[in-house]
Amino acid sequence: MSVLPFIDIGLSILVVTVAASTIFMQELFAAVVSYVAYGLLLAFVWIRLYAPDVALTEAAIGSGVTGVLLITAGKRLVPLSRTTTEAEPTLTLRVFAGTFAALVACALGAAILVLPDEPPSLAPEAAVAASGAGAGLGNPITAVLISYRSFDTMLEKIVLILAVVAVWSIGTDGAWGNAPAQLRQARPHPEMVFLAQVLVPIGTLIGIHIFWVGADAPGGAFQGGALLAAMWMMAMMAHLTEPPRIDVRWLRLALVAGPAVFLIVGLAGVFMAGSFFAYPPSLAKPIILFIETFMVLSIAAALPMLVAGPPNERPVP
Amino acid sequence: MNESLLGTAGLILLSVAAGLARVLSGPNDVERLMAVQLLSTGGVAALLLIAYATNVPGVDDVALGLALLTAFAAIAFVNHLEADEGGAET
Amino acid sequence: MTFLVDLFRIVAIVVGTFFFVAGTVGLLRFPDSLTRLHALAKADNIGLGLVVLGLLPLTENVLAAFKVILIWALVLVSGGSTAQLIGRALRSGRR
Repeated sequence: MSVLPFIDIGLSILVVTVAASTIFMQELFAAVVSYVAYGLLLAFVWIRLYAPDVALTEAAIGSGVTGVLLITAGKRLVPLSRTTTEAEPTLTLRVFAGTFAALVACALGAAILVLPDEPPSLAPEAAVAASGAGAGLGNPITAVLISYRSFDTMLEKIVLILAVVAVWSIGTDGAWGNAPAQLRQARPHPEMVFLAQVLVPIGTLIGIHIFWVGADAPGGAFQGGALLAAMWMMAMMAHLTEPPRIDVRWLRLALVAGPAVFLIVGLAGVFMAGSFFAYPPSLAKPIILFIETFMVLSIAAALPMLVAGPPNERPVP
Repeated sequence: MNESLLGTAGLILLSVAAGLARVLSGPNDVERLMAVQLLSTGGVAALLLIAYATNVPGVDDVALGLALLTAFAAIAFVNHLEADEGGAET
Repeated sequence: MTFLVDLFRIVAIVVGTFFFVAGTVGLLRFPDSLTRLHALAKADNIGLGLVVLGLLPLTENVLAAFKVILIWALVLVSGGSTAQLIGRALRSGRR
């Protein structure tokens, strides 16, 4: 008797229950905590689908970083809600929104139910192309990301930069160039400082390890970068380091390094391997690791800047 | 033997997920954070059991990452708990 | 000899699972926030520790065993410090 069906059913019921409770929670903290739990359970679903790469990304970004982002942003809205009063949405608006949401849900359900039994998939082509282009990489996912679909991945990193610019532009004009508000206002407790001092070095090594093994085993630039971002945020929360001013050069270089290097290598591919974003087969693995190194840098710089938020007003002297 | 390890992993996961009821009922926010902490640690244990039950490569790296992320999320959330209560005492 | 190792493995994992279940029951049923924190910390440390101990015979080389012990050490350190932080948050909220 296999135990897997029971685990599957239990996991599915859990995920749906936690998702429903996240939507219906009334308070911010409870809802965000419930969302983090939902992300963790979803990571287990990915593990069950034999996708440890996606599971780690889900746990790191979908659950961890997004949870911290939501609670940080949510807490910043609290003073605003005390000073502004909004009109309640009218009944017609609510009915319309509810009907529209129900229609979308029905459309999704219908789409799932009429899926063909053999789902059309690009996976076989991608696997063949990846093994050819990403010569020597043991992890097909990394090969697909950086080689077969390299342009998409580069554009994703550019979207990340645009998000950071958008967050920075929320600050007032006079504050442009300053540092974001500290992630923690009061003096951190000794336990927090101890925890950060112990975990940040170890976590940095682990982040680099997970990025490096991504060439041959589950892992990769995104997961490693997310862990490094979490470690930098932890250091900022324990006041081991301060959020940088947004106009310092090293920060801006770090942010654009990933997509810039990617683009340069892609352009160089025109001369070296015959087409845009082609890699010479003998050099594929070193080139891929070279690109990924700078992508890790960009991700590790961008995510904490998103959480830190817009630049702060200069404190009144 | 692998079946029993998987079954144990499922048991741990389901039991710590049952602790999530605390998120709904907890009288204050700290309780909710504790429930998610329990889920994360149980998740690390379940991941390790799965790693050695199924030999899918890389699951133990996921457990390693999850252990770090638990600490990170806990610090971030405790941060905001204290900001609620008017700043930390020295 | 292998029978003893297997027995040790099974006992360790079963008792570790028991501690996780006990931690959940404690979290749900204990009367007070601080007692619930105590239950959570025990599940963290002892529950995971026993599971790790029970999995050690299954690791195939020293490096894998080291990784598993590192995971336990990380959870131990972070769990202990987080419990202290949560305890502080509870006490400051009480004042």
